[in-house]
Amino acid sequence: MSSNAITIPGVQIEARPWVDELHQWLATVDHKRLGILYIVSALFFLMIGGVEALIIRVQLMHSHNNFVSPEVFNRMFTMHGTTMIFFVAMPVLFGFANYLVPLMIGARDMAFPRLNAFSFWLSFLGALLLYFSFLGGSGLYGAGNAPDVGWWSYAPLGARAFSPGHSSDYWTLALLVSGFGSIGTAINIIATILCLRCPGMKLSRMPLFAWLNLVMAGMVLLAITPLSAAQIMLLIDRYLGGHFFDTQAGGSAVLWMHFFWIFGHPEVYVLIIPCFAFISEIIPVFSRKPIFGYPVMVAATVCIAFVSMSVWAHHMFTIGMNSYANSFFTLTTMAVGVPTGIKIFNWIGTMWGGRIQFKTPMLFSIGFLFQFLIAGLTGIMMAASPFDWQLSLSYFVVAHFHYVIVGGILFALFAAFYYWYPKMTGRMLSESLGRLHFWLFLIGFHLTFDVMHIPGILGMPRRIYTYEPGRGWDTLNFIVSIGAFIQAIAILVFVANLIISYFKGDEAGNDPWDAWTLEWSIPSPPPAYNFATLPTVASRRPLWDLKHPEDPDSRYE
Amino acid sequence: MKYSTVRFFAQLILLLFWFAAAVWASDPKSSSSNGTNIFAPASTPARSITNLSVFVLCITGIIFAVVFALLVYTTVKFRGRRVDDRREPAQVYGSMQIELAWTIIPILIVVVLFLATARVIHAVQDAPEPAGALDVIAIGHQYWWEFRYPKLGIVTANELHIPVSGPDDPSPTFLQLLSVDTDHSFWVPELGGKTDLIPNHPNKMWMDPQRTGIFLGQCAQYCGTQHAKMMLRVSVDGPDDFSAWVRSQQTIAPEDPGATAGRRVFEQNACMNCHRVGGTSADGRFGPDLSHLMSRATIAAGAAENTHDNLRLWIQDPSAIKPGSLMPAMKLSDADLDAVVSYMETLK
Repeated sequence: MSSNAITIPGVQIEARPWVDELHQWLATVDHKRLGILYIVSALFFLMIGGVEALIIRVQLMHSHNNFVSPEVFNRMFTMHGTTMIFFVAMPVLFGFANYLVPLMIGARDMAFPRLNAFSFWLSFLGALLLYFSFLGGSGLYGAGNAPDVGWWSYAPLGARAFSPGHSSDYWTLALLVSGFGSIGTAINIIATILCLRCPGMKLSRMPLFAWLNLVMAGMVLLAITPLSAAQIMLLIDRYLGGHFFDTQAGGSAVLWMHFFWIFGHPEVYVLIIPCFAFISEIIPVFSRKPIFGYPVMVAATVCIAFVSMSVWAHHMFTIGMNSYANSFFTLTTMAVGVPTGIKIFNWIGTMWGGRIQFKTPMLFSIGFLFQFLIAGLTGIMMAASPFDWQLSLSYFVVAHFHYVIVGGILFALFAAFYYWYPKMTGRMLSESLGRLHFWLFLIGFHLTFDVMHIPGILGMPRRIYTYEPGRGWDTLNFIVSIGAFIQAIAILVFVANLIISYFKGDEAGNDPWDAWTLEWSIPSPPPAYNFATLPTVASRRPLWDLKHPEDPDSRYE
Repeated sequence: MKYSTVRFFAQLILLLFWFAAAVWASDPKSSSSNGTNIFAPASTPARSITNLSVFVLCITGIIFAVVFALLVYTTVKFRGRRVDDRREPAQVYGSMQIELAWTIIPILIVVVLFLATARVIHAVQDAPEPAGALDVIAIGHQYWWEFRYPKLGIVTANELHIPVSGPDDPSPTFLQLLSVDTDHSFWVPELGGKTDLIPNHPNKMWMDPQRTGIFLGQCAQYCGTQHAKMMLRVSVDGPDDFSAWVRSQQTIAPEDPGATAGRRVFEQNACMNCHRVGGTSADGRFGPDLSHLMSRATIAAGAAENTHDNLRLWIQDPSAIKPGSLMPAMKLSDADLDAVVSYMETLK
C-alpha cells in the first residue's frame, strides 16, 4: 500500500509564477485537475442559475407582479432549466466521477486523459455558447436574445416561425456541443473502470461508487445520443429546409417529444445514480458498517438503468396517447419504484445496528434519504396516468422534480462536498458553518418545495409569468419565494465555507473520516501520480483490512 | 450526540408543521367558489381521477409513514454515543431473506396500483360517445381559444358554453382538440384532466358537468410569450339557458344605425382581415370571431373584463393588457376608436 508521496531529500520546489500556474490548469490532462475544473465551473453556473431562479420567484411573489416582462420571465425559466441540468448537475457529477473513480480503483489517471480534457472544454464551450445568446441571440430586430422556448423547446415552438433570430440556435448548439463532451466523458469512465482497476480489484470488489458511475456512463451513451440526433434534426429544420418537426408541412411535434424524453427521463437517472454513489460511500463510513447487501445494490442499480430506458412517455401522458400506451408507461414507471425502494431499504439497513456519527456529510445524507423518499412517492402519484392528467404541467410537477433535483441530488452533492473536500484540498470544511448551511438550506428547501405542491393541486400551471388574484395562489407563492431566498443565503454560507476553509481549515491528513476506500490511503491532496506504487486489494474495503488485520473483510469474500 | 437528536426532532416538528400548513391551504373552502382545485370534481372523468388519486394517496401515505418511521427509529436508536466511540459495531454484510421481503412486497403494491390505474385509464379514455352528445371543436391559437360547434353552426372564442348533464338525461360534451400553431393544453381542473392541443395531431376529451356555473382553467402547455394569459372559462348552463344561448348565437345581431360609423372604421382598417363578424363582409379567421362579442364576460382570453374602458384600451394598445399578444395596436384616432368601440358594443 502506498501511503506516502515521493519526496526527494534536499530538493526544494520553487513556487511558479501565476501565469505558469494558470497555463498548467488550462492545459492540464490530470483527472484531478479536470475534476476540479468541472466542479468549479459548475459552481459558477449554479450561482447564475440560482439568480435566474430568484428572478422567477420575485416575479411570482404576488399576482399581477411587474418585476420583469413576460419575455424576460420566459427566458429566465428556459435558461434556469437548461443551465441547471446541462451546466451544473452534469458537470459537477462528472467532476466528482473524474476525480474519484481513478483514486477508488487504484489507477493513476483516466484511460484517455486528453479525451478527458477535450470533453471538459467542450462542455464549457457549450455553456459559453448558451450564455453568448444574451449578446448575440437577437439576430434580427425584436427577435429577443436568450432562448425563451422552455428547456424542452417543444416543437414547433423551436421552429423558425415561432422562434426567430438565433436564440434557439445557441440553445441547440450548446446542447449539441456539451452533449459530445458528455459522450466523451462517458466513454472515458467506462474504459477506465473496465481496464484500469488495480491488482486484485475484481468487478465484485469495486466500491459501489465506481459501479454506479459505470452504470451512469452507460446510460449517458444511450440517452445523450438521441438528444444530439434531435438537435441535428432541428438544425436541419431551421437552416436546410427540413420538415422533421415542421407541423405546417406534415412534420410531427410528437416526434420531438419522443426524442427529447427518451433522453430526458434517463437523464434524471444519469443525475441521481452518481448521487446514490455518494450516499452509498458516505452512509457506511458514518454508520461504521459496510454497505448492506452490496450485490443487491449493484443489481438494483442495473435494474433501474434498464427499466428507466422504457419510461420516457410518462412525460407525455397528456398528449393523447391511446389507453394501452398510457397503461404500459404507467406500469414501467411504477416498476422503477421497486429497485429504488430496495436501495432506500439497503441504506437504512446499513445504518441499522451502526454507530451513526452526525458529521455534516451524514446530515446531508439523512436529508437526502428523507427527501428522496417523498420525491419517489410523488413520482408514484404521477405515474398513475389519470392522476397525472391533473398534476402534469402544473406546479405540482415543478415541486416534484425539484424535490428530486434539490432535495435529492443537491443534498447528496453537498454531502459529497463535505466528505471529499478534505481529500481534494487537504483542508477540512468548517463543521459549524456546515451545520449552519445544512439547517438553513433544509428550512429554505422545505419552505419552498413542500408548499409548492399546493398551487399545483389548486390548478396553477407551470411557466406562467403572472396569475390572477383570487385563485388562492398568492399566499402560497409568497411563502415559496421566501424559502428560495433562505436557500440562496444557505448557498452563500456554503461558498463562504469553501473559500474560508481553503485557507484556514484544519489540516485533513490522509484519512480524516477513518474510511475504507483507496482514495484515503494517499495524501490530501493526492500527488499527480496518485499512487507511488499501485495498491493490491483483497476485499471491497482495503483500508478496513489494513486497520483490522485481526478481522479483515477478505475473510468473508 | 444528545444535541443532534434534539435538532433532529426540531426538524421533524418543523416538517409536520409544514404538512399541516399544506393541508390547511389545500382546503377547498379557502379558495374561491370558481376554484380550480383538482380535488373538487364536478364531472365524471374528474371524479374518476379524484377517486383514483385518493386511493394512490392512501397507499403512498402508508408507505411514507412506514419508511419514515423506520428511518427516524434507525437514526435515533443507532446514533453514536461517546462511550463506545472507539469500538466498531458488528459488521453485517447483508441478508438475502430481508432483501427478498423488501423486493416482493413493493412488487405486490405496484401490481395493485397498476390494476387500479389501468381501470380508470380505460374508463376515461375509451368511453364511447353517446348519440346525443354535444360535439365541440376546440382550436388553440397563440394565446386564445376558438370553439366551433359544427352541428349548431356556432363559432365563439375563449368562453365555452356546454349543457349540464343530469343523471336522468346525460348530455356529455365531446371536444375535438386541434391547434393552428404551437402546442397548447386544455385544462379545467374541476371538469377533467388536461389534454394537449398539438398541431397535426388531433386529440379528444370529454366531460359531463353535473352542476351549473362558471368553471375556470387555462392553457397548461407553454405556448409562447403570453401563455400565462390564455385563460379558459367554461359556462355550464341549465338546459333552458343553453338553448337560449344557442339561439342567440345563431341569430345575426341586427344592424344598429347608430354604429354605422364604427362599422366603417372596422371594415376600412385591418380589423376585418383577422376577425369575423356574422352577416358582414368581415370574415377573418386569425383572431377571435366577434359576431357576439358582447355575450362574453371577458376579452383577450380572460385577461380583462369585457367593459367599455377595457375594450377601448385593448383596441388602442393590446400590449397594455397583454404584452406579446399577436393583435397589433391599431393607432386609431380618438374619434375612430370611440366609433369602433360603440360598434363592438352592438354585437350582442
